Amino acid sequence: MPKTISVTGNLAAAYAAKTANPAVIAAYPITPQTEIVEKMADFVESGELKAEYVRVESEHSAMAACIGASALGLRTFTATSSHGLALMHEMLHWAGRARLPVVMPVVNRALGPPWNIWVDHTDSMATRDTGWIQFYAANNQEVYDTVLELFRLCEDPEVVLPGMVCLDAFILSHTSTAIVVYDHDEISGFLPAYQPGHWKLDPDDPMANGNIAGPEYYYELSYAIHEGFEAARKLIPIIEQDFYKRFGRRHGGFINAYRCNDAEVILLAMGTMGEEAQLAVEHLRDQGVAAGSARLRVFRPFPVKEVQALAAKAKAFVVVDRSLSYGHAGAAATEIRSALYRGTHHIPVLGFVAGLGGRDVRYTDMITMIQAGFKAADKGEAGADQFYGLKR
Amino acid sequence: MTPMQRKPPEKRQTCITYPAPGSMGHTGDWRIFRPVVDRTKCTGCQMCWMYCPDAAITIDDEGKPVINLEYCKGCMICAENCPAKAINQIRETEAAQPPQPKPAAKRRKE
Repeated sequence: MPKTISVTGNLAAAYAAKTANPAVIAAYPITPQTEIVEKMADFVESGELKAEYVRVESEHSAMAACIGASALGLRTFTATSSHGLALMHEMLHWAGRARLPVVMPVVNRALGPPWNIWVDHTDSMATRDTGWIQFYAANNQEVYDTVLELFRLCEDPEVVLPGMVCLDAFILSHTSTAIVVYDHDEISGFLPAYQPGHWKLDPDDPMANGNIAGPEYYYELSYAIHEGFEAARKLIPIIEQDFYKRFGRRHGGFINAYRCNDAEVILLAMGTMGEEAQLAVEHLRDQGVAAGSARLRVFRPFPVKEVQALAAKAKAFVVVDRSLSYGHAGAAATEIRSALYRGTHHIPVLGFVAGLGGRDVRYTDMITMIQAGFKAADKGEAGADQFYGLKR
Repeated sequence: MTPMQRKPPEKRQTCITYPAPGSMGHTGDWRIFRPVVDRTKCTGCQMCWMYCPDAAITIDDEGKPVINLEYCKGCMICAENCPAKAINQIRETEAAQPPQPKPAAKRRKE
């Protein structure tokens, strides 16, 4: 029977992983993610989850152990954050390029110095090109549901790629809300056992992955990863529809659009900021302002067509990024401009960098940003990116 | 089905290699130091055979190691692990018989 429990975003991720029934968990603790792997250890220790729990000496080793386990054809899970993700970086490439469907929640947290444990998307943005599918969740139920959807997506024989579900530090990771959870039996129709069709380690049929392959092979192998992402692009709506049919919940596919149909200015953001934006839109709509909000739920594969379609009826975009690529712009703003330039509807895209290192970004701030978006729409140009709330 | 008969995965999603002699080429060319077994000291414990990372050591009829210089990289792990100190290290340039280059091992075709 589905149960409703009150848990943090961290525990939502852990309960989802337990529901998915992984065979191996290899993990190292780091704030604010620790609660996830602590709970996994708890499940294994109590016998609720029959899995191998590998305690390792670093995140680099955690991912290495996950790679080994996944290469044996086992469902594999870990979690990390910030500096842990950075230390794991080399192994992220190995998991991606070896096509191993490891699933990992990443609790988005700022990088030091100075030490800062609060929300910032820079950590996961730095892993953009490692061959990992990236989802960004906005509430605890979505964290739970997305972990299950990701296992299904990543393990699909057309995809076979690792995936991360990103959740905002503290805003989600340490905030309790009610969520619905299931036993493994109740979701096994949606998420069947992992059966690797591409390769697996087997002493009776020895083979190796990652031996040297020169310029005559490497390019095609990279393109094969791109094809995996394109297959994921086709499957994401199908998997979400199947999830909706079975469990009655969906989270918007690639983009969770709110009152965008007749919106003149649309605010786009990721994670919890994307949900907060709905409040700003409600307030503006009450005053008769045609605003909308769109939460980017999937960052890789990037929803190019969906972003283009969203722009078709709007006059301007406002993009709020909780990350900054120093010397350029926020990550989402960069990608959205790139997507629009490839389309036919070139509306102004006003970029805001906000909320770095966990600084609060409230709906009132977003109202101000959307109002600036209307000015950009009138002028027909966005101008330089803005650093919202910067104290100088 | 032996590994050599196995068909590669139909989807070329990642880089798979199958075991074959010298799939990395003639790694004996990499050698700077050459291990030389002192058969009078060797007790036949076969520790060197066990530790050789490249499976370049075989055991002869007397139970003693024979080192395949075509593939031995000269890592000297065998000497490090020999309890009888029966494996000596000489510089490849000082070896009496330099290894003769041989044609590459036949590779498995995809």
